[in-house]
Amino acid sequence: MRYRPGQEVRVAARRHDGHHRTPAYLKGKHGTVTRAHASFLNPETHAYAEDGLPEEPLYLVSFSQNDLWPEYRGDLTDRLYADIFEHWLEEAG
Amino acid sequence: MSSHDHDHPHEPLTNVAETAVATRVRALADLLVDKGVVEREDLHQRIDWLVSRSPSDGARLVARAWVDPEFKQRLLADTRAAAFELDLDPGPSPTVVALENTETVHHMVVCTLCSCYPKALLGPPPDWYKDFPYRSRAVSEPRAVLEEFGVHLDDGVEVRVYDSTADIRYLVVPRRPPGTDALREEELAALVTRDSMIGVAVPVSPSPVAM
Repeated sequence: MRYRPGQEVRVAARRHDGHHRTPAYLKGKHGTVTRAHASFLNPETHAYAEDGLPEEPLYLVSFSQNDLWPEYRGDLTDRLYADIFEHWLEEAG
Repeated sequence: MSSHDHDHPHEPLTNVAETAVATRVRALADLLVDKGVVEREDLHQRIDWLVSRSPSDGARLVARAWVDPEFKQRLLADTRAAAFELDLDPGPSPTVVALENTETVHHMVVCTLCSCYPKALLGPPPDWYKDFPYRSRAVSEPRAVLEEFGVHLDDGVEVRVYDSTADIRYLVVPRRPPGTDALREEELAALVTRDSMIGVAVPVSPSPVAM
């Protein structure tokens, strides 16, 4: 697995036509790797009756709610967690 | 003259009492069976399995965690293995992960992309979990959604929303309500509601018996 817990990452902002599991509201956002889960079948090919191989590493990434929503009402410590596949993550300084 | 001439019977494609969605699902199921993608018997077995699941399984895990701190640690570290300890079926992988609510952290689960849910331990998800209002608002204004569900968080509690976007399913372990020290594990399990394991409710202690 390329990323470790605690590492700062950015979700790729690219478009993807077809099934994928990266929500639009997280694209381009900075987050922190919280957990390196394991590798799973790639849903982008598996959804189309292919074998989904090679498996892709999956990470739990957390985001500051205040970074995601300009009008966010809540504590500054509130966070959003989502599972993001490695090929959607980029290193962020 | 139809390209659809084979000899097995079909269930009727339309029925006045059926919703449009149900008609579409039935047509889709017929097509998948016709094309050999799935067996009708497998479909029925999967549906039977799903409706046989219920939140009482998840509640048993939570109640055991409340009375047994070592079990709680195992539940948080490896939820699947902890389910097997209680002879519960955590389902085929997707992996399930338990999230513990504390005095300072409140977890709440959503699937913005569809309706991912720990079905093996909670049964079928409620309709509101699959609807657009919950799926969009749970991530953007979770505190307002919690208030509407009747959850009033203390000041300083951090809200952590889990969007189950891929292969992991999340199960919230709510806080044990005060005033339940005398209850047995089975009685505690009865306090653990489905919604409290999604993170949109908190278990409450049973009303004191009138004196």
